[in-house]
Amino acid sequence: MSSDDELMSGGEMLARALRDEGVEVIFGYPGGAVLHIYDALFRTNDIPHVLVRHEQAATHAADGYTRASGKIPVVLVTSGPGATNAITGIATAYMDSIPMVVLSGQVPTNVIGEDAFQETDMVGCSRPIVKHSFQVRHASEIPGMVKKAFYLAGSGRPGPVVIDIPKNTTAPGEQYPYHYPKDVRIRSYNPTTRGHGKQIKKAADLLVAARRPVIYTGGGVIQGNASEQLIALAKELNYPVTNTLMGLGAYPATDRQFLGMLGMHGFYEANMAMHHADLILAVGARFDDRVTNTVAKFCPEATIIHADVDPTSISKTVNADVPIVGAATQVLEDLLKQVRHLKGKKDCAYSSEAIDRWWTQIDAWREAHGLWHAPRYQSRSDDIILPQQVVEALYRVTKGEAYVTSDVGQHQMFAAQYYRFDKPRRWINSGGLGTMGFGLPAAMGVQMAFRDAHVACVTGEGSIQMNIQELATCTHYNLPIKIININNEALGMVKQWQDMQYGGRHSESTYADSLPDFVKLAEAYGHHGMRVEKLSDLEYAMTECFSQRDKLVFMDIVVDPEEHVYPMLIAPNGSMRDMYLSKTERS
Amino acid sequence: MKRTLSLIMENEPGALSRVVGLFSQRGYNIETLTVAPTEDETISRLTLTTSGDDRVLEQITKQLNKLIDVIKVLDLTEKTHIERELMLIKVRAEGEQRAEVKRCVDIFRGAIVDVLPDVYVIQLAGSSSKLDAFIEAMSEAGILEVARTGIAGIARGAKAFRV
Ligand SMILES: Cc1ncc(C[n+]2csc(CCOP(=O)(O)OP(=O)(O)O)c2C)c(N)n1
Ligand SMILES: [Mg+2]
Repeated sequence: MSSDDELMSGGEMLARALRDEGVEVIFGYPGGAVLHIYDALFRTNDIPHVLVRHEQAATHAADGYTRASGKIPVVLVTSGPGATNAITGIATAYMDSIPMVVLSGQVPTNVIGEDAFQETDMVGCSRPIVKHSFQVRHASEIPGMVKKAFYLAGSGRPGPVVIDIPKNTTAPGEQYPYHYPKDVRIRSYNPTTRGHGKQIKKAADLLVAARRPVIYTGGGVIQGNASEQLIALAKELNYPVTNTLMGLGAYPATDRQFLGMLGMHGFYEANMAMHHADLILAVGARFDDRVTNTVAKFCPEATIIHADVDPTSISKTVNADVPIVGAATQVLEDLLKQVRHLKGKKDCAYSSEAIDRWWTQIDAWREAHGLWHAPRYQSRSDDIILPQQVVEALYRVTKGEAYVTSDVGQHQMFAAQYYRFDKPRRWINSGGLGTMGFGLPAAMGVQMAFRDAHVACVTGEGSIQMNIQELATCTHYNLPIKIININNEALGMVKQWQDMQYGGRHSESTYADSLPDFVKLAEAYGHHGMRVEKLSDLEYAMTECFSQRDKLVFMDIVVDPEEHVYPMLIAPNGSMRDMYLSKTERS
Repeated sequence: MKRTLSLIMENEPGALSRVVGLFSQRGYNIETLTVAPTEDETISRLTLTTSGDDRVLEQITKQLNKLIDVIKVLDLTEKTHIERELMLIKVRAEGEQRAEVKRCVDIFRGAIVDVLPDVYVIQLAGSSSKLDAFIEAMSEAGILEVARTGIAGIARGAKAFRV
């Protein structure tokens, strides 16, 4: 602190600290406990603020913004209901390791604990779903806490950080010298960024000696901006790559070496390759139960190298033979260097013939059941639209260049399977928590980050209704999102499970008679609505939709309600090679 | 298997609840837990005992290390170490019993810290099994109340576990 530090109130310090941190957008909603902050923002600040229509949407919008851009946004909500409304979005971000800083108002310090009006223990409520949290005790702590919050949110394994701010600490009356720290050191927090040299060597030896290798990567490669390094390593070795639902786009989908997504609704060739592999290199993935199927039967013949920035991810569900703690970029670079070094030696174990044989096997799997090899779906009648065809049309019309957000359900899986992402940060969905209602607000965040880009929200008539109020926010800020509502008149994914496991009893999963007229609904908010019912209209309608650059278009596309998502891993007790491939076939 | 972990962590509000929350959130159990600031006011030392196989313990240790407030975690179970627990116990001590209880306290090297006509309050420190044995010995006299602190632990030798 020096003598020329400017004097400011807590509210002003907060506003200034956000600017000094380089924050480019705030997603928020005002209320009593944050009125001092909103007033300070009004008076002193030039950071754009997006006024959402529900606090959950503020967190999802912030989430979409950072997934697409890599920049860390801020969420600002009031105490009590404002804070609890934000909880679902914080949990969503936490599960997918998405950085964000959430500022929640709190009742004044002197009444905390007295069940004051709009008091909720936000630090307590959010504790299991944040990377860390702070509560301001004194206004003078604000700049330092903001600095720490951003540092923690974005470094190591990223995640949401909450700062709980009692109203009195932002009051305009009291002023303190403002100083924004240049850097920050937290003695109890030193994330490892570089994998251990000995482990890298061990891993590289195994890599070049592999005969049936698979590179399996997750959200960590996207969040860690390691796509380039992944491609370089895969190309050097000519090894197949599969991505998790969270990791799509890390490896170009249109490249021959890409096997598609793996896991529950993953590609046949990806799941088969995993099951038969003798070596798996996992990077920034966490062996989620939706990937492994029955852990005891997971990849029975494989040696597993597992690199992750978070040591707790390693050997949590599946034991790693070679654990490497480090950032994805660094680990992949070091591996590439070592692999090149080994390949330069005369007696290197690498065998391109063996890898060719592995590719022959993989290509046979592809040919048999690969989703991109030939259409695997079958229409019941010529003019009924299938959900897969909607995503394919979207892919063609946007030339694979759109940012695609999604909700949760069958439509999400179809989007993940049929939109081929060639670039990271283009596919934005709630993978870990599976939050219906994520898609539209996330798309708002993406569009805020990239005002001129095509942003499509692939959703279902169930999910879209969970945050439909955000259509107003889109009007407010002219966000020309394209909503692709795959309307199967049901909670399709629930219905699919009921078809497969509950004798087709559709308990509370249909509501055809109470669906709104989505076209009129969109129009009521000032947007453009379209309804598409026939396959022969689909392509034209999709083109028409994306030609409207400046308007939000709501495409309500009626699809076959009977369609199921396949492949689907057989559970319980199945391995990764056990899949349903259609209503009548299994692997 | 029983494990004793020692943690050095920031003496910050909320730090303890994060440690405790982690155990319930991830389905691990805590058997005993003691915590207090150290000679350095900014740091707390926590000893906890839990149970689990190697795999569970590895996860617990990693998860604890991941908490921002936790500076270091040490598994004392793997080292030669000292564990002590303190107990305050209120027992009935009337008539002939009085002398018997007193003798027992002496044998266990405890101390009588409050004396009433028919009751003693006894202080006893030592390993948990010693405390268990004393409770067993007092059961006939009649135990009115037991307050145990849980284990505090430290590794043997000159090497210090600190920031
Ligand atoms: C907030 C929330 N509630 C419930 C669920 C459980 N769930 C998963 S998919 C699904 C159905 C989604 O329906 P819709 O959005 O129409 O998508 P569809 O499966 O029909 O494509 C439900 C209810 C969830 N994931 N999230
Ligand atoms: Mg639906």
